[in-house]
Amino acid sequence: MNAQTIAPAVACRALSVRFVTERRTVTALENVSFEIPKGAFLSLLGPSGCGKSTLLRVVADLVNASEGACDVLGGSPEAARRERKLGFVFQDAALLPWRTAIQNVELPLEVGGGIKRGSSPTPRELLRLVGLEGWENSYPHELSGGMRQRVSIARALLGSPQILLMDEPFGALDEITRDRLNEELLRIWQETKTTILFVTHSIYEAAFLGQKVLVLAANPGRVREMVDIDLPADRNLAMRDSEAFVRIAAHLRALLGSC
Amino acid sequence: MADGTIPNAGVAAAEAAFRAAQQRKKWRRRLLPLAGVAAFLLSWAFLVEVLQVPPFVAPSPQAVIATLVAKFDMLMRNLAVTAMEALAGFALGNLAAIAIATVFVHKKSAEEAFFPVVVLINTVPVVAKAPILVLLLGNGMEPKIAIAALICFFPTLVNMVRGLESVNPQAMELMRVLSASPREIFFKLRVQNSLPYLFSALKIAASTAVIGAIVGEWIGSTVGIGALIIQATYNFDTALLYATVVVGSCFSVLFFFAISLLERMVVRWQAPVVG
Repeated sequence: MNAQTIAPAVACRALSVRFVTERRTVTALENVSFEIPKGAFLSLLGPSGCGKSTLLRVVADLVNASEGACDVLGGSPEAARRERKLGFVFQDAALLPWRTAIQNVELPLEVGGGIKRGSSPTPRELLRLVGLEGWENSYPHELSGGMRQRVSIARALLGSPQILLMDEPFGALDEITRDRLNEELLRIWQETKTTILFVTHSIYEAAFLGQKVLVLAANPGRVREMVDIDLPADRNLAMRDSEAFVRIAAHLRALLGSC
Repeated sequence: MADGTIPNAGVAAAEAAFRAAQQRKKWRRRLLPLAGVAAFLLSWAFLVEVLQVPPFVAPSPQAVIATLVAKFDMLMRNLAVTAMEALAGFALGNLAAIAIATVFVHKKSAEEAFFPVVVLINTVPVVAKAPILVLLLGNGMEPKIAIAALICFFPTLVNMVRGLESVNPQAMELMRVLSASPREIFFKLRVQNSLPYLFSALKIAASTAVIGAIVGEWIGSTVGIGALIIQATYNFDTALLYATVVVGSCFSVLFFFAISLLERMVVRWQAPVVG
């Protein structure tokens, strides 16, 4: 028990991932090492092709490491997946169009041996948490892009996963919706106390959300720098105009520029 | 209006005008097709009359209607046989296609081995398949059912394989993250995903199954819509020939609408574009 509390949520050591295709071998990640404690919010920032989505998929046991290792909650990614300790939010929400909002949230209960319910919130409570009370019986095509992504977040939160993996979840949304969801995600993070790994290619989103930002460089994907975001935990959108925030954003941009 | 508010009377008037326009549109959609059919029948009757077409070349619409009424029982008796063959063939062909598509999706090697054979059989035209099957299966209903089944089989197989395989890759990853079993992935993801594809194939099959049964009856058959068509042609009984064709088409249309209705009941979510 004691070892578990000390173990970081995710720890990668000299992780490399290579994809072999007919034409060439692509090195998606090379020698990536980092660690994040439980309950942290880590943004993964980098240009396209820097392997940030691949890194997320290694943690979720969707992609295997070629070299090195990635420990998730003190064990292998596979063990964490089998014990249903991971939630994944995809870029396009990935809702099943033949299921209503609440049925989509219920999916994790029906597959993979289900989930031990315990004291974790019900699908209905989770839809309320993401602000979709009253939309339980709507089909995905009846919801806006932002609402679909909210359903997908509620689905990922079912069973109270210890790590929430988010792959550019707000990338396809307009700026106004994205800002609102950013604020709500911070609220959800504080309420659920789950660890979040958040992939984005927006400097502002990365800095606004993360306690830390892992900046990655492309070709091959590697760690540029782990940046601590020195902002108070209780954040609001107005903060993005503060001097401190602008300085952080400028620093991140400089790091990306020298990739 | 200048301050941005719309007076209530204006809203009511606009709504009334909108409703009236909707109503007019609804009636136009109902009446125009009827007017088209009426114009077609009238010009047909007019041409037969003016050009003095002899009855053994083409009948007048009145004669066809008269035959439909007079020989209604006989036509229905023959339709019953054809309908049974078409429905049995439809059921058999589609069930086989769905079963084989399921095998193909689970065993890629089976698809690679047998798909070329299926394509090869599909390239044989129906009129050529008919005599082969009559020789194989005799003169009863069996060869007709077999032809109707064969004709349904191919489009359903192709669509079903595509529907089962074209699953959103992120939904597939989601199932992996949830540690779903292959069985759960099949029933909760693939089958549901294939339904719109399946129904677009079934709608094609609904009309082709009837064609298959009729073509089957052209060869060595004494009952059924197909047999009636051949007899009427040899007897130069054009009124009966046309009446038979009308009965056959009506059945095809009804069958198609029944499948469409079933589709609307089963596929309640907005169907993706199936091309």
